[in-house]
Amino acid sequence: MARGGIREKLRRSSLYTLANIRTKPSYRKEEAASEELSGYPRVIFVNQQTVSDDTPPPIFCTNYVSTTKYTLFNFLPIALFEQFNRVANFYFLVAAGLTFTDYAPFDWPSQVVPLALVVGFSLAKELYEDLQRHWQDMTANCQKATVHVGNGVFESKQWRDVCVGDIVKVKKDEFFPADLLLLQSSYEDGMSYVETMNLDGETNLKVKRALQNMSLPVVADDDKAVHFSDFRPTIRCENPNSNLYTFTGNLEYNGHIHPLDPAQLLLRDSKLRNTEYIYGVVVFTGNDTKVMQNTTQSPSKRSKIELQMDKIIYLLFGLLIFISIVSASGFGYVVRNLVPLWWYLMPEVPGEDFDINNFFVSGLRHLVTALMLYGYLVPISLYVSIEAVKILQARFINNDLHLYDEVTGVPANARTSNLNEQLGQVDTILSDKTGTLTCNQMDFLKCSIAGCPYGKRPSEVELAAAKQLKALDTHDEEASIGSLSDTTSLEAITITDDGNANKSQAIKGFSFQDDRLQNAKWLKEPNADVILLFFRILAVCHTAIPEISEKTGELTYEAESPDEGAFLVAAREFGFHFIKRTQNSVVVRERLSMDQEPVEKEYNILTLLDFTSKRKRMSVIIRDESGQILMFCKGADTIIFDRLADTGKQYLEATTKNLNDYGEAGLRTLALAYKKLEENEYSDWYEKFHKAQIASGSNREELLEELSDVMERGLTLVGATAVEDKLQKGVPECIDRLALAGLKIWVLTGDKMETAINIGFSCSLLRQGMTQICIVVSAEMLAEAAKHVIKENILSQITTAIQTIEDKKETRAAFALIIDGKTLTYALEDDMKFQFLNLAVNCASVICCRVSPKQKALVVRLVKEGTGRTTLGIGDGANDVGMIKEADIGIGISGVEGMQAVMASDFSIAQFRFLERLLIVHGHWCYKRISKMICYFFYKNITLALTLFYFEAETGFSGQMHYDDWYMLLYNVFLTSCPVLALGVLEKDICAEFCLQFPALYQQGPKNLFFDWYRIIGWLANGVYASFVIYIVNLRIFSPESFRKEGQTADMYVIGTAMFTSIIWVVNVQIFLVSHYLTQVQLHTIWGSIVVWYLIVYIYGMTPVDWSAGNIYHQLPEVLGPAYKFYLSTIFVTILCNMPYLIHISYQRCYNPEDHHVLQEMKNMKKDVTDTKMWKREQVKATQDTEIGLSARVDAKMRLMKGRTTRKYSSLAYSSS
Amino acid sequence: MNANAPSSSSGGAGSPDVNAPRRNSKRPKYSRFTQQELPACKPILTPKWVISAFMLVTVVFIPIGLVSLFASRDVVEIVDRYDNACIPPGTKSQKVQHIQDARSNKTCVRSLTVTKRMKQPIYVYYQLDNYYQNHRRYVKSRSDQQLRNRGDENDTSSCDPENEANGMSIVPCGLIAWSLFNDTFSFSTRNNSQLNVNKREISWKSDRDEKFGSDVFPKNFQNGSLIGGGRLNESIPLSQQEDLIVWMRTAALPTFRKLYGKIEVDIEEGETINVVLENRYNTYSFSGKKKLVLSTTSWLGGKNNFIGIAYLSVGGLCFLLASTFTIIYLVKPRHLGDPTYLSWNRNPGGH
Repeated sequence: MARGGIREKLRRSSLYTLANIRTKPSYRKEEAASEELSGYPRVIFVNQQTVSDDTPPPIFCTNYVSTTKYTLFNFLPIALFEQFNRVANFYFLVAAGLTFTDYAPFDWPSQVVPLALVVGFSLAKELYEDLQRHWQDMTANCQKATVHVGNGVFESKQWRDVCVGDIVKVKKDEFFPADLLLLQSSYEDGMSYVETMNLDGETNLKVKRALQNMSLPVVADDDKAVHFSDFRPTIRCENPNSNLYTFTGNLEYNGHIHPLDPAQLLLRDSKLRNTEYIYGVVVFTGNDTKVMQNTTQSPSKRSKIELQMDKIIYLLFGLLIFISIVSASGFGYVVRNLVPLWWYLMPEVPGEDFDINNFFVSGLRHLVTALMLYGYLVPISLYVSIEAVKILQARFINNDLHLYDEVTGVPANARTSNLNEQLGQVDTILSDKTGTLTCNQMDFLKCSIAGCPYGKRPSEVELAAAKQLKALDTHDEEASIGSLSDTTSLEAITITDDGNANKSQAIKGFSFQDDRLQNAKWLKEPNADVILLFFRILAVCHTAIPEISEKTGELTYEAESPDEGAFLVAAREFGFHFIKRTQNSVVVRERLSMDQEPVEKEYNILTLLDFTSKRKRMSVIIRDESGQILMFCKGADTIIFDRLADTGKQYLEATTKNLNDYGEAGLRTLALAYKKLEENEYSDWYEKFHKAQIASGSNREELLEELSDVMERGLTLVGATAVEDKLQKGVPECIDRLALAGLKIWVLTGDKMETAINIGFSCSLLRQGMTQICIVVSAEMLAEAAKHVIKENILSQITTAIQTIEDKKETRAAFALIIDGKTLTYALEDDMKFQFLNLAVNCASVICCRVSPKQKALVVRLVKEGTGRTTLGIGDGANDVGMIKEADIGIGISGVEGMQAVMASDFSIAQFRFLERLLIVHGHWCYKRISKMICYFFYKNITLALTLFYFEAETGFSGQMHYDDWYMLLYNVFLTSCPVLALGVLEKDICAEFCLQFPALYQQGPKNLFFDWYRIIGWLANGVYASFVIYIVNLRIFSPESFRKEGQTADMYVIGTAMFTSIIWVVNVQIFLVSHYLTQVQLHTIWGSIVVWYLIVYIYGMTPVDWSAGNIYHQLPEVLGPAYKFYLSTIFVTILCNMPYLIHISYQRCYNPEDHHVLQEMKNMKKDVTDTKMWKREQVKATQDTEIGLSARVDAKMRLMKGRTTRKYSSLAYSSS
Repeated sequence: MNANAPSSSSGGAGSPDVNAPRRNSKRPKYSRFTQQELPACKPILTPKWVISAFMLVTVVFIPIGLVSLFASRDVVEIVDRYDNACIPPGTKSQKVQHIQDARSNKTCVRSLTVTKRMKQPIYVYYQLDNYYQNHRRYVKSRSDQQLRNRGDENDTSSCDPENEANGMSIVPCGLIAWSLFNDTFSFSTRNNSQLNVNKREISWKSDRDEKFGSDVFPKNFQNGSLIGGGRLNESIPLSQQEDLIVWMRTAALPTFRKLYGKIEVDIEEGETINVVLENRYNTYSFSGKKKLVLSTTSWLGGKNNFIGIAYLSVGGLCFLLASTFTIIYLVKPRHLGDPTYLSWNRNPGGH
């Protein structure tokens, strides 16, 4: 659309009568205070690629933006440092270093090789992730910008080559490549519209305005802009800083100095809207831009499981140190008391290992040896295995087709893999609104004209609730109101089907459906004149500009807010086609009867009183063709109702009722009104108004507002519009599921309170019958009262609210907390935040409106730290970045807006509704997988390490191992790693379908049932038991007598190999028992590990004797293979070691089953198919008590209806609502 | 970056979607693996499975236990502790003095009664107690290179503290070889017919063939100031010094048996065996016991009741468990997939 528009050149500023952007005077250079020339630190010579001056131009940073963690040179040192910052890795590094000394109980490869593998893997991962970031940066840096290269010629350059002082041209819907100073726009008066959604999340467009007194000629779009060839001003301004809303400086041109303010600054990452093009000077580039100054390093997040795992590692370190001390003191004792007698050790010769004359030093030296020997307690490969598993889990998330959005073609993306299991433990979701819950697209859905409701299509909320009701009906037959709710839901369903059929020719922004009004049938309605007025107001009372697309010839509207666009589309569909706006008139093609051709009518716009968030209304005063002066007004219903004339309240009651219904249906409403004016009445008023307009006193704005207030009184109500802020697909259902799974949902939005409440209703976070607690401080108070007074006020509001909740606890009342940003500023202060939090957690839903990005982050921090629960932040814009980074898990919606949220997030999904599957399915699985895996990991390492300890105790604590070094090396890296990886990646306790059907299962994560200390200690104890059995049984079986028919006795390494075989069997059978979901992969890895172990012993033993160090040379075929005891010991130990687990799990499964056990059985018995009634019933029961979501809403409605039917109320009451 | 951005504010009829065709490029490819839909067996531990599993263990273990016990019962084992008997009584230091005195008479005669018929081969072991062959200093003190190759004779660096004597390398070096057990036994029956002890093939074949060189001869052995254990015949290559080969396989525990030889004739029940032994090896300084063991073997090796008892008890335990589970199952059965066991049914509202 960049060059598509044909439009009238307009002075946009004339549309804004109340706009308070006023030109600042410029003054001659000579008049300037010297400080203004030298005071600003940053001096930019605009448009001077080659500076002829002697002074070199100041060096500014380039526009190259880098978000990478490392550079080519610092990668190795920094990454290595980070690796060895982990306590376990550091320990292994020291241990590996010590293997080159005589302290080591084994050769260096057995420590160095695993460490090198582990660290190498982690480094490779870091490198890969950083490269990804680099590539992402490259795509941003290589975007094209149009830059002035001299003589008015503009050329396309990459963003990274844009320099400070360049003049760039930005076209409509393009992002600004750097922070620009606006020089000129396609509008004559230098206005331009900017969408700053990426920066602050506000959806309405911001007006920016070029310097007024600097006359630059307006050029046609394709012109070369020759006037820039010798446009060489100098800009002095402040240094780069992070404040988005301030900017000071001045521009010196032709001897004049023009002061600059934020209204001229266009920020990088915001977008030019509704303006054909702008020219601007680059002021800040790259890392100096406001947006980059605002970015903070992503905190490295670690999941709670990992933090707990660290504690286990510390516990194991404690155990390690303990047994090392035991071993060292044992060694000291033996050296002192026994070794002198052991002549075969030649004790009198002091060696590197001991000195009988100095048992204390010997003991200390042995401590070092023991610390290394028992290092196997701490699994060296744990971190790397977990990392590998998480990467694979993340691949599953990325590849899940259920998380792929067919419409936008965006799959889910796990950007950091180390939080997968945290997804299964989320307690509170803090969500952005626009772009996350809603599409920021308005659909004209219903209206109330002359008190009569029009528009039959139900809103999404109503639809969803009706579906729910119907679903409930089918299996809740005892419900006496079944029959009556049937009719309503059926009606709703048929409408849906209808709607679907029509969807193909759907008009964007218009979902209205009512035969009474469409196709000019409204003429036959009783109140046709009011309806006519209604449509006329829609078509005339706005600030939009029509634009004809060159390609299709279609008319599109450039409106300030999506609501306005929807109104115009609606008016067009009703036959009031707004086609043209001139400086002071609006042309509407009206179709006033069914058979006639439409007629073009021109309305003379006399005055336009524009919309501000304070006024909450806008009006136009027009003169129609008959000369009648009319004022049309639209605005928030409460505001309009206050301003009605006594004669204009004819439809007030009926309209109010309709508005309530619309509100409940989650629609955004505006009331429309008009007023007839007499000629002299208007001219009197206008005189005053005009005087005020041109006045330049400080009270100008106040005066203008007062005057417009006078005018906008005595209105006559016409009707109300109901616009649906279109929710993203599946949002109400998703919220319902999440609520049933016990998650709390907070909405944090930059939008205004009314909008937020509407969305609350449409998402079922609010419903009728819920007490809304609004914590608000009035604007007057904020302006006037001292801070402590305001705070006291808020505090008293909070305490009363808490009191109310306490009082009504028994009545099952639901509460919703609504708080706005200003109030939140105070509520988040240290002395009050916990009261606020206390109130918030007692409310079923919390909605914070008009919150700044920083406040979003603060709220997240408050919830995170105040409750200690896991928080999840989800959003789509740059304004959510703080929240996303602060939350335990940050999720970015990779929707239509920029990439900031996604870049800052840990996971990105295309739509809010995917959150359901991401948490309830993937989160649940990952949580179970990781916790099982970690427990098992510790188990298997304890099993191995403790056998070393027992043996060492029998060697006089001398640190001798009975395993070959290679066994130890291969154990973690190779022999037992594959099954546990397969478990971590593929294990599934419950299939995805069931996870979704039984949301209560999700609570296993937040309650941390599978990684609590009870379970961890159980596993550690199991490891201790297994190691003991393995050790004792093997020794008793193999010694001291002959272990085979040929009479030979077993030496140390024979027993070692036999014992190791037992260990391999035990841990692999254990993982077999632990797994519930055994695919070919798991089965192959499990038996593969066992087979590989035998192969290794065999092959290693068959290698030439020089390689195998001789200890296990030919051991398997010659020594162990033919011995029956070898097999008997393996079988016996395997069974005995797994017996406690088997008994435990059998008992639990048979007589005290957990939910997933029962469900597994049901699935196995196909009860879900055969006994659907029970199946549905259990699904309904498997939910958490919640007051939000569709189900709660339906419940509440059912309760209400049951009450009504018993009181013999008319059933129609429901269907009409 | 903004390629997909629709102009959100314009209310115009849907502009044609330019980006539609290349949208599917990022679509994940379907495979059962990536969608985590791999076929899998999902074993469920139902009471029947549990009971059958325990019964299976019982059924397998009890026969194994019985067979092992029988095998062990068939083994005839005679153990004779001779360390105290073969030395004049006295204090520990006197004993040590006696054993270290090269001139004292160390010959000792023991007679053993055969309680049960012993079928050949009868294995002769010596058993040492409280002897830490598994001590790290001891285990490390050897040079496999040197034992294998004649050329690596001087490769004694790992043999500390026994690597050289009189400035020359020792072959075989190290503490293990140095402390070679050197008591000898000879056997005869009541009627003074000599029972030959076959000392060949008492070590592992791979040791003889590969680990101990046939061209490596003892050299400078036991020539140092301290004499440890036995001496070696310098004219016999290491690969044939089987006593040494056996000794060099260090034992796992401080109590261990090592094969001394085989008697390849049957010995009848009631027979008395006279053992003439040279009691040279010093275990007295660390109060180690010395035992002579004559034992036959079964398919399981020497006499060991542990396997049989262990198998029998675990088999019995499993039987008990199986019965317990059966009883519980009969008394208080839980129907599989019974929804009343779901947490939300067990403690409604409390979850």
